[in-house]
Amino acid sequence: MTPEYVFFLFFAFATVFASVAVVILRNPVASAMALVAAFFFLAGIYVLLWAPTIAVIQVLVYAGAIMVLFLFVIMLLALSHQGPPLTLSLARLLGVASVAALFVALASLFLKLPEEPMTWANDPSRLQAFGSIQALGETLYTKWLFPFEAVSLLLLVAILGAVVVAKAKV
Amino acid sequence: MGHVPTSWYLILAAALFCIGVVGVLLRRNALVAFMGIELMLNAANLTFVAFARARGDLAGHVSAFFVIAVAAAEASVGLAIVIALYRARGTVNIDEIKTMRH
Repeated sequence: MTPEYVFFLFFAFATVFASVAVVILRNPVASAMALVAAFFFLAGIYVLLWAPTIAVIQVLVYAGAIMVLFLFVIMLLALSHQGPPLTLSLARLLGVASVAALFVALASLFLKLPEEPMTWANDPSRLQAFGSIQALGETLYTKWLFPFEAVSLLLLVAILGAVVVAKAKV
Repeated sequence: MGHVPTSWYLILAAALFCIGVVGVLLRRNALVAFMGIELMLNAANLTFVAFARARGDLAGHVSAFFVIAVAAAEASVGLAIVIALYRARGTVNIDEIKTMRH
């Protein structure tokens, strides 16, 4: 049991635990805080996957910006009281059962995947550059420049759209 | 024992995705349903990053970066719609919001 396995199992179980808490907690504020915890644990998983830049972006954008937006809306609408308890009807049980079947199908498929040998990691220079902010920036600003600019336009349109939709009177 | 196999990360992503789907299916609060959607987007990100490590290809990281940006745009517009719905109907319960009309 190398430390990598120990960290993976810890972060994986913590992520799943926090995500289940998001679904079953009745108070929306508690759900949002559990989601923040899930995003932090997922950032730990990204670090284990040699993606420190994505991990930092995950914490900054998801746990920071997006969750603050969620909490603001919950408090703006004064929804921080207990919601109704989860009721289980036949339709919901069927839905959960089919999602569980989907998980079993996906997991059995993934277990059959041949393991990648990851021979590229034997090259120290590639391993050094992989996932660093410098390598990511070089890829982003050369090969992916047009999608990058398109995303900036998308964010601008989203800001304007959010203001127009949420405003009481346009 | 080398590194943690990619398939373990993929199974974790599948679990996260399924929990997100259950959240959207079970919860009647529109905000919590949105949180389920965020969980599903994160599961997709995890698969991108896992395959990026397996293949040594930074395109997976770039894709995850774009998914995060699109998720931010989706969250801002979606939450604005929730606020507008609350103004019009006085509730964010999905069951009570049956039509798009006023």
